[in-house]
This record gives sequence, structure tokens and C-alpha cells, in this order.
Amino acid sequence: MSFSAANFNAGLAYARPEIFLGIAACAILLLDLLLTDAQRHWIGVLAVLSLLITALLAAGQPVSGRIIALGGMFELDRMAQVLKVVSLLIVALVFIYSTDYLRRRAILKGEYYVLGLFATLGILVLISAANLITVYLGLELMSLCLYAMVAFDRESGKAAESAIKFFVLGSMASGTLLYGMSILYGVTGSLQLSEIAAALHNGLAANVGILFGIAFIIVGVGFKFGAVPFHMWIPDVYEGSPTCVTLFIGSAPKIGAFALAMRLLPEGLGFSQPDWSQMLVVLAVLSLAIGNVVAIAQSNLKRMLAYSTISHVGFILLGILSGTAQGYQAAMFYTITYVIVATGSFGMILLLSRQGFEADMLTDFKGLNVRSPWFAGLMAIHMFSLTGLPPFVGFWAKLGVLQAVLSVNDTWLAVVAVLFSVVGAFFYLRVVKLMYFDEPTDVAVIGGSVLMRTMLSTNALVVFALGMVPSALLVLCQRALP
Amino acid sequence: MLAGHLLSMLIWLPIVGGFAVMALGTGRDTPAKWLSLLVASATLALSVPLYQDFRTGTAAMQFVERVAWIPSLNSQFYLGIDGISLPLILLTTFTTLLIVIAGWTNVAKRLGEYFAAFLILEGLMIGVFAALDGILFYVFWEAMLIPMFIIIGVWGGPRRVYATIKFFLYTFIGSVLLLIALIYMYLKSGSYDLGVFQRMPLSLTEQTFIFLAFFAAFAVKVPMWPVHTWLPDAHVEAPTGGSVVLAAIMLKMGGYGFLRLSLPIVPDASRELDWLMIALSLIAVVYIGFVALAQQDMKKLIAYSSIAHMGFVTLGSFIGYRILAHSGATAGIQMGLDGAMVQMISHGLVSGAMFLCVGVMYDRVHSREISAYGGVVNTMPIFASFMVLFSLANSGLPGTSGFVGEFLVILASFRANVWYAFLAGTTLVLGAAYTLWLVKRVIFGAVTNDKVAALEDLNGREFLVLGLLAAAVLLVGLWPAPLLEVMQASTRHLVQQLLATKIVP
Repeated sequence: MSFSAANFNAGLAYARPEIFLGIAACAILLLDLLLTDAQRHWIGVLAVLSLLITALLAAGQPVSGRIIALGGMFELDRMAQVLKVVSLLIVALVFIYSTDYLRRRAILKGEYYVLGLFATLGILVLISAANLITVYLGLELMSLCLYAMVAFDRESGKAAESAIKFFVLGSMASGTLLYGMSILYGVTGSLQLSEIAAALHNGLAANVGILFGIAFIIVGVGFKFGAVPFHMWIPDVYEGSPTCVTLFIGSAPKIGAFALAMRLLPEGLGFSQPDWSQMLVVLAVLSLAIGNVVAIAQSNLKRMLAYSTISHVGFILLGILSGTAQGYQAAMFYTITYVIVATGSFGMILLLSRQGFEADMLTDFKGLNVRSPWFAGLMAIHMFSLTGLPPFVGFWAKLGVLQAVLSVNDTWLAVVAVLFSVVGAFFYLRVVKLMYFDEPTDVAVIGGSVLMRTMLSTNALVVFALGMVPSALLVLCQRALP
Repeated sequence: MLAGHLLSMLIWLPIVGGFAVMALGTGRDTPAKWLSLLVASATLALSVPLYQDFRTGTAAMQFVERVAWIPSLNSQFYLGIDGISLPLILLTTFTTLLIVIAGWTNVAKRLGEYFAAFLILEGLMIGVFAALDGILFYVFWEAMLIPMFIIIGVWGGPRRVYATIKFFLYTFIGSVLLLIALIYMYLKSGSYDLGVFQRMPLSLTEQTFIFLAFFAAFAVKVPMWPVHTWLPDAHVEAPTGGSVVLAAIMLKMGGYGFLRLSLPIVPDASRELDWLMIALSLIAVVYIGFVALAQQDMKKLIAYSSIAHMGFVTLGSFIGYRILAHSGATAGIQMGLDGAMVQMISHGLVSGAMFLCVGVMYDRVHSREISAYGGVVNTMPIFASFMVLFSLANSGLPGTSGFVGEFLVILASFRANVWYAFLAGTTLVLGAAYTLWLVKRVIFGAVTNDKVAALEDLNGREFLVLGLLAAAVLLVGLWPAPLLEVMQASTRHLVQQLLATKIVP
């Protein structure tokens, strides 16, 4: 890969979405200084607009095969394009949901959006990383913004505690990942993922050093995903953060974590697949077990959804560890659809919360069907989708992963996965039970702006529609990871 | 155009109608009622041409619809019916209409949503019986849990939450194993087409595991002993309509699954494991019969009697291998299958009617305890006649539908082993004992308390529902020929399928 000015300029064109988003985030940061509190909501509007423009830019890029640009640092392929567009749209949705919530709680500050935009930029960089340096750069940009976001409500002691916990554990995980990367560099002599893959292909795959490196990298990836036993931060951070931040952390960063895993494991270390698959088996089974079983004991909905995330990460890892194109496609489909459903579920908590009241306990959903049959129905769609019941999209996600696992003859893993999803069904059903079978204790009128209500409805209807006709998204994932 | 899409219309009309009823909103009961009645009647009307245009004498799938659905999974929206699914679809459309009429005035809250749930459920159940694609079948099979979960949970009795979650988790755990078996066969054959599954060769080990996965799903649904414990709870807590659908149709899905999937797809494993099926069926008939005898709650008693009757369905389905082993001939195998089918239809009518009878009394007295009644015949003579008729059908009196199925299955069992027939025959005693004892305690005798003394006899609506059911019970009992004619080509074909071996040497 020669490094010349002409090449570099041509490469910049491939990074146009990232560049635009970076400039937009800086501009919004500056603009925030000039606005009065009454005008502050324009920040949200601008942030959503810049995300949408970035999404258009990303979607408009002609992508064929794998383009490596910017001196081997940057990679653009179909997977990157799809993941970028989905992340950007999801973050836009998250901002729409959050605006209402922030305003009603009187914590509408520009920082939330600016940090969110930078975190999104980090996710985009991570998705397009072709070099260990870029991987780390994107990851840290995302993580640092998330740490700050957790703590951005300065009045909340709980949030501060979560932020510290998140920061300390997250830094350790990043350090471990970095350590693994340095071992890889030491053994292969390159930071370039394609060159690492080539070195492994040429006989280095059996090197013990590589195995060490993989172990450390798995720790890092496992942490960013929140897979057991590196999941400790998830419940506390989900519960302690302001709900709009929980919503953010629970959505697009999962796509970032998926990209991280895909870039490092199949792309860089594909020839060591048998090694890392075995490590992921442990992570996946533990995540399925702990996530589903412990979620039963939760009375806080945010915490319950945190454990539910852990269990879904187990499914995503199952797809990745199968080591086939079909498995990667299934994991990608799973990640995208899970993020859509998670955004909708947390969005419902935001909708029910109001000034001085956080609807984050399970009991706050009691009798929702009496208060609003429409929103109860939407929440039920999300819960059934998380359970994996047809005709909702969660079923197709699970089906894809199970197919991938069975196709590599890991039948026992498939059986374990479905049995734990039966366990998981219990706590999703409990939410449905509270909404439909119980009488309401809270009779406050459900707030939310028209825009938020519309988007929440659209979100759930997309989950339903994708469940009826999943073909388009399945094909998209297939073409992204041939 | 209409004729070509009859099955999908039968599926989608009630589903769309159900959502329309739901969209009316709460508090608008009268329009909701009439719309539901309209949708349910229209669905029943649509199923009439299904029967009229059905060609008997062929086992081929009819009314086939095949549209690409998910090309990347090679899964199709593939529908079609044969003589095994047609009677069950007719039973479904008939029963749903009765449920709508029966629920006309006695649903305390959210009437529109109640009817909507049943209409959506109807569409999904027809989908199960008509689906010929594995994934489509599974989608309907699982989606059905959602409305039933809501029905028991919202309109059920005091322990409804426990009952409905138990129901859901029991059936869900069986179904997920079914899914794994389907995926396994897809990976081997490259298609989700059930017809392809039926033709693909499979080793005995593979067949055994697939059989057990199917067994997990279907045995829970039937339900077979010892995974039957969800049923009494679900029945006791469910509202009347829920009990009727559960008993009349949902249980049949287990039996249908054995006939449509287990026997043709894994015949060799069925042959190997038929002892398991026969043993569990006979336990259901004998042991559960005794359990039914001890019940104090009317709904529980009928629930246990359902388990015992469904034992005949599984016995009739799997007795064929023993007949072949014992007599060396294939005569009688089809009789067992026919018996199983007739038993399913008959049980659908009779148990539905029994639950409706209990519902009629419960609406007036608000108790399901047997001890709360006595001498009902004195105040409700018309009702008492219906109840006695259905009870006699439940105990298998000749001339009623209950007799035909049991008789055919017992006859088939004779050809396999006299002791099987003897054990199965105990139902004639036990069934009569628990049913007639129930009738004696509830209907006959002197009036025991004021509540019974104040009972009013059937109103016109209730009379209509029970009258239609009584007519159907007598029709199937006295003249089962049309029913047998519809199914026989298919059961004959099934005999060939279950005798064939799929093991490639």
C-alpha cells in the first residue's frame, strides 16, 4: 500500500460520511455556546439532521467489493455501509426519543447530543477500521464519549457512580484489548488486519503468541459486547444512567461491538477461527445462562433489559463463532434487529417517564393496556420479539443463528440456546402480564410529543413488518457478508 | 381468483377481521359484537366451498397455494389441504362461530378484545392445519400462543396468571425443539417443504432424534401423560370460550402433528418407538380416567376426560406397527388412523359442548364445584337434556360421535394385542363412570340449594349453540360416512407412508 498524496485525496472521498459528521459535531458544539436555554432544542434538531445527512452520504456511496483507503487505515465494504446507515438512523431515533425526555426532566443540554454525535463518529470509524490503530481509535472515541454521557446529569449521584464504574472497567478492557493487539503486532510485525491475516495464513496461526493475543482480544471484545463473564458493568450502568443514555448505550454501540468483533476475529484472525470459536463458546453459553436466568430476579425494567441484552449477546456470539459466512450474516441480522427492538423498548420507558418520575420499574407498566391499548400493544410486540416468537423479527434472528450453529454440527449449542430462550420467555411474558392482566396503579396521562409517538409507533411496526417479510433485510445481510 | 386463494382468505379474513374489531376500541361493544359475528360467519361460509369442492378419493394436496416468501431461506407461503386437515379446518370455523355466539352477553370486560383474540386465533389455527412449509407451520404454531396467552390471562379465573404462563412455557419448550428438528432437516434437504421432508432419506439415529423433538412439541399439545399437567390448570382458569378452543381445536394440533409430521417424516423411528406412544396412550386412557373420577371441579373433570380421550387419538395413530408385527398384515392399520381422526373431530365437538354446558351453569351460579349443584334438571329441563346427551357422547354411547372413534380404535387394537384392546376398553367403563357420576351429582337428584332453585333455563342464544353442537354430535355418530369418505384417501396414503422405510442401506 503506497502512501501518496493523490491516493490519500481519493481515499478521503470514501470517508466522506465520517468527515461530515465530525465537522457537524464540532459545529454543533460551538453553536451550543451561542444559544439561550429557550433555543436549546434546536441542537437536537440539528443533530438529527446531521445524522440523517450522514446516513444519506453513507448510503449513497458506491460500494463494490472491499475498498481499502487512506494508507490502509480505512476500509469500506458492504457490511460497513449497511452497519453505518443502520447506526446513524438508530442514533437519530434515539435523539428523537431523548429530546422529549430531556426537556421534561429539565436537563436538556447540548452535551448529550454532542457527545452522542462523537460517539457515533467513533462507531463509524470502528466499522470502517482496517488497521489495529483505527480499531482502537474508533473504539476509544466511542467509549470515552459514553463514559461522559453516563455522568452528564451532574445532579445524579447514581449516574456518577455508574460512570466511574463504567470508566474503570472499560479502561481495563481497552487496556487488555490493546495488550492483545500489541502481541499480535509483535508476532506478525504488522498492524494491518489484512497483513495479519496473511501472516496467519503463512503458518503463524499455530504460534502460541497468537493464541495469547487472541485471548486478550476476546476479553476486550467480550467486554464491549457485555458478554459473561465480562458483563458486570452492564446492569449497573443501564440502571444508573439517565434512561436516555441507557437507550443510547443499548443501541448503536452494540453495532460498534459487532463491527469490532467482525473486523478483528473473522477478518484479521480468520485462520485461527477454531481457537477463538472455542473461547466464544464459553462466553456465549455463559451469557445465555446468566443473562436469561438472572433477568428473572429483576424488578427494575432497565436492569431486566440489561440482562436481556447479555442473553442476546450470547446469540450474536453463537452466530459469529460458527465461523461461516452464514453465521456472520445471521449475527449481523441479529445485531441489527436486536438494536431496533431494544431502541423501541427503552423508548417506551422514556415515553412513560415524566417530570420527577422515572418509569423504570416493572410495576410502572401495570395496566398499560387500560391506559393506552396502542402503546401496550407496541410494547407487547417488542417483548414477543425479544422472546423470539413469530411473527416478529426476533424469531427470524434466532432462526438464522440456529441454522448457522446447526450447519456446523454444534447441535448441543442450539439446544442450549433454545432452552435458555424458553427461560427468557418468562420475564418478557411478565411484562406482557403486567400490561394486560393487571389493573393500573398509575393513571397519569401518557405524554410525549407527536413526533416521539409517531416514531415509537413506526419503530414497533417495523419490528412487526420485518417479522412478516424479513426477506429484504436478510438479503441485505447476505450481500453484506458474502 | 377467489377460488384460487380460498385457504389464504380463510386464514387472513379472521385475522384482519380481528384487528378491525380491536380497532373499534374499548367500550363499543355492540358494533364489536356484530362485526365479530359477521367475520366468524363469513369465515364459516368460506369454508363451505372448501368442503364442496374437495375431491375425495385422492390423497394429493388440494387448494394449493404457493408463493415465494423468504427466498434466502427457501421458505414458501405454501398452503394446501388433504383429508386430514379439511375436517379439522371445518371444526375450527364451526367452533369459532359458536364461541362468538356463546360469548355474546357474558363477557364482563373488554368484549371487543375478547372476540378479536378469538378471531385472530382462528386464522392462526387454520394456518397450522393448512401450512405445508415447515417454517410457515412453525410460525402459525407459535404465533397461536400469543392470543391464547392473552385470553387466559385477561379473562380467566383467580389463578389465571399462573395457568397462562404455565401453558405458554410448557408449549414453548416443546416447540423450540421442533424448530431445531425442522432446521436440521432443512440443512439436509435444502428446503422447508414438508413434502420434501416426507421423501428425504434419514438414518435411524437421525430419525430417532427428530422423532423425540416432534414428540416434545406434540405430546405437550395433545397432551400426553406425563406432560399433561398444564391442561387442567389452563382449563380451569380459562374463560368458557378459551376452554372450548383449547379442548376442541388446540389439543388436535398435537394429534395433527403426529399424523402430518411424525408418521410420514420419521416412519422408522415411529416403528421403533411405538411402544412409548402406546404405553403413554394407555396410561392416559386408564390412569387419567381414574384421576378424572376423583375431581371436584367440573372443568377439571372434563379436562382430565379430554386427556383420556386424546389418548385414543395417539393410540390409534401408532397402533399400526403392532398390528403389522402381530398379524403380519396391514389390514386394520387404516382403521386405527380413521379412528384417531374421527375421535379428534368427535372430541372437538363433545368436549367443546361440555365446556359450554359448564359455562352456562357458571354464568348463573358462578361456581364450577360439583358440590355447588344438584337437581339442575328440576329448574333447567332443556339444558339438562343437552347436558345428558353430551355426557352420553362423552362416555361413548353408540349413536353419538363419541362411539365411532373409540370403537374404531379399539377394533384396531384388537388386531394388535387383546390386552391393548382390553386396556383401551376400560374407558367404556371409566368414561361412563366419571361422566355419568358427574351428571348424577349435578343434574339429577333433589334441588340442593337456593341458587339452583333460582336457575333459569336456556335462553334462545344458548339453545342455538348447544342445539347446533347436538346436531353435529348426532350427525357424526349416526352417519359418519361423509366424514370417513373425506379422510379415507389420505389415511390410506398415510398407511403407505408410515409403512415405508426411509433408511438408505
